[in-house]
Amino acid sequence: MFRNQYDTDVTVWSPQGRLHQVEYAMEAVKQGGASLGLRSGSHVVLAALKRAPNEMSAPQKKIFKLDSNMGVAIAGLTADARSLAKYMRTECLNHKYVYGTTMQASRLVLDLADMHQRTTQSYVRRPYGVGMLVAAHDQTGPHLFQTCPSGNYFEYVAMAIGARSQSAKTYLEKHFEDFENCDLDELVKHALKALSGCVTGDKELDANGLTLAIVGKDKVFESLEGEQLQPYMDAIELEGNAAQPMDEGDGEEKAPAPDAGMA
Amino acid sequence: MLCHSAAGPARGAGHATAAMDGTRQHTSQPIVTGTSVLGIKYKDGVMLAADTLASYGSLARYKNVERLKPVGECTLIGASGEYSDFQHIMETLEDYHQYDVNMDDGFERSPAEIYNLLRTIMYNRRNKFNPLWNYLLIAGCKKDGTAFLGSVDHIGTCYEDNILATGFGGHLALPILRKKWRPDLEEGEARALLEDCMRVLFYRDCRALNRIQIAKATAEGTVVSDAYKVDTEWSLASFSQPKAGQDTDGSW
Repeated sequence: MFRNQYDTDVTVWSPQGRLHQVEYAMEAVKQGGASLGLRSGSHVVLAALKRAPNEMSAPQKKIFKLDSNMGVAIAGLTADARSLAKYMRTECLNHKYVYGTTMQASRLVLDLADMHQRTTQSYVRRPYGVGMLVAAHDQTGPHLFQTCPSGNYFEYVAMAIGARSQSAKTYLEKHFEDFENCDLDELVKHALKALSGCVTGDKELDANGLTLAIVGKDKVFESLEGEQLQPYMDAIELEGNAAQPMDEGDGEEKAPAPDAGMA
Repeated sequence: MLCHSAAGPARGAGHATAAMDGTRQHTSQPIVTGTSVLGIKYKDGVMLAADTLASYGSLARYKNVERLKPVGECTLIGASGEYSDFQHIMETLEDYHQYDVNMDDGFERSPAEIYNLLRTIMYNRRNKFNPLWNYLLIAGCKKDGTAFLGSVDHIGTCYEDNILATGFGGHLALPILRKKWRPDLEEGEARALLEDCMRVLFYRDCRALNRIQIAKATAEGTVVSDAYKVDTEWSLASFSQPKAGQDTDGSW
């Protein structure tokens, strides 16, 4: 990263019209372990690579359940993600008490984006260093949203964030037009194939190194790990055509060793 | 305003008042009131009925008030009890609906959600010992044709049913509805059944009026009728011979 005289405070503009601190926070997302999400006409699948700060520790949590119909996958600072997940869970719970139903994902994501945005206009706080993929099935169907530290949010059919996510994005861009009519198993396989491209060069994707979550019509949010994923792993191995890790420096900066709080 | 203990039952006592010693008295009784509201599900959706009277104690004070109101596209509220509290509730619901419209994301609160929202509001107010003095019926129909009918009272008690009645209707109309109601009632039959009940209520409830409104919610949306009079028949035996040959005081 470069140093310059306009990056010491979030609220200070650079003469080029940029907010450097906000951009640095966006950079934190790119250094977190890869997460991706994709949706069909009835379901949404989230998948993420698990990363441990060192060999002796358990991996950091990558996917958080928010409510029976909603969950997030994250890339960036896990601690920031936890705090935001707590906020979102409270919002979902309040909504359930007041209205007796689950929350509309678009409304929750708007509130979440506002949380992010507020920090970019106040010098007393720093931006959240985490990007989120929110998967939900609500009264208007299945939805996948991405939020950024800048306060921007977008709705997607498929999206990948985090380190080495470019190859997953390339895979998703190539196949996203087929997703609409995919059944759940196909969607999960697409998720795993896309995620295969995000592992570090010398390793291969294995069932213990990832988390996956499903939500959909008449299907409550559910995380799958390890053993439960093995059948899908076997299936994609047979089918081949998974995304390949990209050469270092191919569109993506080589990420420095991540901080212990990154996942 | 001081709370005058000498005031009649219909004055002052109902409003939040501050006495000289700094204590406050919240609503402890309704002042301007509407009587029964009836609701039934039928083949195409759900139907409500209420008269257009707001009484001031026993005085028939306002004879042309609407107690059935739509909220958004698919929900109806019918209210008995304090009329000003009902107006306040409608303002609150309008605010919520306007927020949904402003969000512009194609989502609208379902009747069941509005019912649950009212339950929280009513229960929250009663926990502050300052209740909104109403007994509400919430009726609605989603686009897919599923009808909803529920009631919430001024302390937040709530339940759903196929037939509901508030106030005197609970004593005078519900027995009739229980006997005559079917889930496959046609629109005309449902309307006739509610009119029969409203007529009985007008005969026997001294706070009722023969000027009524009917409202329906179906998959196509909500309609609230103009107010109209129900016809009455006063030559019936129990009216022309109140004692019916019995040596009683004439009541039954």
